[in-house]
Amino acid sequence: MKICVTVKQVPDPNLPLQVDPDTHRLVRNPEQSILDPADEYGIETALRLVEQHGGEVVVVSMGPLAAADALRRGMAMGADRAILITDDALAGSDAPTTARALAAAIRPEQPDLVICAVEATDAYTGMVPGMLAELLDLPQLTFARQVSVEGQTITVHRDVEGGTQVLQTSLPALLTVTASIGEPRYPSFKGVMAAKRKPVDERDVAALGLAPSEVGPAGAKERVRAVELVREEKQGKIVSDDGSGSSVDEIVAFLERIQVV
Amino acid sequence: MATRRVWVWTELAEGAPHRLSLELLTAARGLGEAAAVLLAPAGADALATLGAHGAAVVYHGDDPVYAQYAVEPQVAALAALMQAESPDLVLFPSTFTARDVIARLAARLGLGVIANATSVAYDGDQVVATVPYAGDRVATMTFAAPAPHLVQVRPKSYPVEPVGGQAEVRPVPAGVDPATCRVKIVETIQQEAEGPNLEEANVIVAGGRGLGKAENFRLLEELAKRLGGAVGASRAVVDAGWVPYSYQIGQTGKTVKPTLYIACGISGAIQHLAGMKGSRYIIAINQDPDAPIFENADLGVVGDVLTIVPKLTERLAAR
Repeated sequence: MKICVTVKQVPDPNLPLQVDPDTHRLVRNPEQSILDPADEYGIETALRLVEQHGGEVVVVSMGPLAAADALRRGMAMGADRAILITDDALAGSDAPTTARALAAAIRPEQPDLVICAVEATDAYTGMVPGMLAELLDLPQLTFARQVSVEGQTITVHRDVEGGTQVLQTSLPALLTVTASIGEPRYPSFKGVMAAKRKPVDERDVAALGLAPSEVGPAGAKERVRAVELVREEKQGKIVSDDGSGSSVDEIVAFLERIQVV
Repeated sequence: MATRRVWVWTELAEGAPHRLSLELLTAARGLGEAAAVLLAPAGADALATLGAHGAAVVYHGDDPVYAQYAVEPQVAALAALMQAESPDLVLFPSTFTARDVIARLAARLGLGVIANATSVAYDGDQVVATVPYAGDRVATMTFAAPAPHLVQVRPKSYPVEPVGGQAEVRPVPAGVDPATCRVKIVETIQQEAEGPNLEEANVIVAGGRGLGKAENFRLLEELAKRLGGAVGASRAVVDAGWVPYSYQIGQTGKTVKPTLYIACGISGAIQHLAGMKGSRYIIAINQDPDAPIFENADLGVVGDVLTIVPKLTERLAAR
């Protein structure tokens, strides 16, 4: 089976995010950017399915040229090749445009399965997978914690509020996976070396059949009017425990003061 | 100017309208004439509840197919209904199903979406919504295109307000296209939760990586029991499989606003803070004095959570 996995290079979530004061966009410094950890679960899922059923894994990303690093990381984990959608006109694109660009790149691949993270770790809107499913006319199986494929039938277990749901459809389909799917493999040295020789196929807006006027900020259906800093640090009290539980008095006094006990 | 028509996409939880659906009826009432769209088999009680929370109209589709097949039958019916009725604004809650529906619907109708909104208002005929952004910022967003507009709203952005009232129920035309029945809902397994519901608890004791291992969650359960509270968790430990997803508090997961939140071994990643910083009081216990959670704490304790929590439980038990 052929699987396309969408991935994104995001600012390292362990570092503070920076915002450009003029454009209000996140500052995407390649030095401090990594393959979105949420995407590693999708790559892992794809690799496991291909190990079982045979086939090919293609990682697909939209981003600046430097996003090739994220694709290399995916290929170091084991993906076979990569597609990078990159064009200056795409900077500042919204979710619908991102989904259109990804759909245009993925459609000719005719994959059996498209796998996405539930949401990206930088913006958390989670809109692209559902939009992509619609544009590719694929059924969508979302928030999967467990996936199995038998013949043309794909079954997932998903976490829902208050329990678990089992969903089933026929391939081709689009899948979003949560971190419960399993620990992603760490790229081996051999994998890293091999990834350097694997192809990254670059596509610009023209190659995807999109007009520059319908992408980027010009094509966005939403506008940012203003961005305000709302950091409100509480001037709370900080105490140190000496290792014996000496702070418990302080905690009990606090609980009494707020009338919880 | 004609009255604005604001719809709320609603869903059921155990046969009754979902709490987040009712929250959005409060928002919709404040913006214009509120209508609920419910595409699920439902009893008269459920429809009456929507009316009692401010829906002047309930568009109800009761085809059993909506409960048997995911997303696409809903999207087809909703798209047709929107094209026929031209609402100004459709609000969606932040739930799994709502996210699936809004994204697919937006792509079908070629509409934009504002997701994660914490407030929705009108400035003239422009929708303005506030959205948390880049951790410590709030973005004010609007749409570039004319109505209809789609906004997904975060939990607890609006209160549930039973205002009385009766909705006019308008049936959604029957006849679901079988081509939309692609994702079959084979089974739904309910998970029994113990103790008070996280979203309703007055006190929450939540744990993170700093607890070291899954077994140590027992310490939090004992403290929560003593305080009549519920136990929650950060995404890191849910991902690690220590506790089920239903425990997760944060941007993905639940949003909680208890009187007291005790964060145990939680560093305070942006993702977690988004779900709990509205708590009235926050106590943080963490080994690392530089943990960001301390910036949000009313009382911060730098120390070993595995020593402090059991001592605290013991002390409270002795009272």
